[in-house]
Amino acid sequence: MRVLSIVSSAYRATVEEQDDTVIWFTHAIKGAGADVDMLLKGPAVNYAVMGQAVAPVTIGTRTQRQGPDVCGQVAGLIGKGVQVFVAEVDLERRGLAKAPLIDGARRVRDIPALFSEYDRVWHW
Amino acid sequence: MSQQATLAFLLMDAPFESARTTTALRIIDAAVRRGINVKVFAYEGAVFLPFASQIAHANAVHGRTVEEEDHPLPREWVAGLIEESARRGAAFEWVNCGLCVDERGAGQAIEGVRRGSPADFWKFAESSDNTLVVPTA
Amino acid sequence: MKQYLIIETRDPIECRDVDAMASLAADLARSGASASVLLTDNGVFAARIGAATDALDVLSSAGVGVFADNFSLSERGIESASLAPGVRPATVDLVIDRLLEGASVMWR
Repeated sequence: MRVLSIVSSAYRATVEEQDDTVIWFTHAIKGAGADVDMLLKGPAVNYAVMGQAVAPVTIGTRTQRQGPDVCGQVAGLIGKGVQVFVAEVDLERRGLAKAPLIDGARRVRDIPALFSEYDRVWHW
Repeated sequence: MSQQATLAFLLMDAPFESARTTTALRIIDAAVRRGINVKVFAYEGAVFLPFASQIAHANAVHGRTVEEEDHPLPREWVAGLIEESARRGAAFEWVNCGLCVDERGAGQAIEGVRRGSPADFWKFAESSDNTLVVPTA
Repeated sequence: MKQYLIIETRDPIECRDVDAMASLAADLARSGASASVLLTDNGVFAARIGAATDALDVLSSAGVGVFADNFSLSERGIESASLAPGVRPATVDLVIDRLLEGASVMWR
């Protein structure tokens, strides 16, 4: 069963959770044998943009040392053989039409054609 | 369908925060009432849906006692789904994501709920006729 | 034929992304797939006659079936007479039907 997971929610509790929990989940099911690829859509297209950094956050006396690295998480998925697509129209809407993306991330415009290659499409 | 169908669901929302919870549980209820086998993976805040320590309360603004208010508790809905499914001869599984349980302190779940991992969700998806992911906002 | 059902829970006036949902559903229908939308929760605000959204026009022009959850309609006081043309009241059993038919069901 080939699954396309669409991620369109972005930066949701990423500091608290130290990652994007859907990207993390995808790593976990890939490790469990899932045949899964990913489409970044909406604000989540920003996950493929380079140059992101989260400084340590201190609340009261507690400093968080391990901040999230969502871009690295996405690159990690690509390294594991997950195809990561990025919706071109959403890049354009966000002024990212010409922005360099992480290695291996593939811009896509024809979403229905992409969907047709999968048995299941899940939207996160 | 000649053989009992099986559907898998993934939920993410904590109780009392979003209309998505009620709508998703209504959909799951519809599956249960049709005798469909159901597998639910609770991720993130949804691990609190079957939290055993939920307590109903009175409501002074409504002017109602605990009994009169009859406040729905998600753990009762989950228990009700388990019971209704059994009554109809279907299977019902509910797995809470273990890491989500740990970081939220949601360890006390009602009977019939077990702890698991994303690998369980993948097994659910593979062994079901179809899967619905209910994301959070 | 590929089948898709989009469950739309967001108010189209509050959330611009509902337009993107409608475009996607229309594109799916035009690509030859069967596409439907079930409006539920605040998504049913799109179903009220006079709502300031083009989403329904985009969907109907592409032949996308549009349904609205009875429970959500009643919760918001949207009666049959107030439903925009082409919107059909439905129950959440529609979701189960589509899942059993093998549709990819996407929740927005």
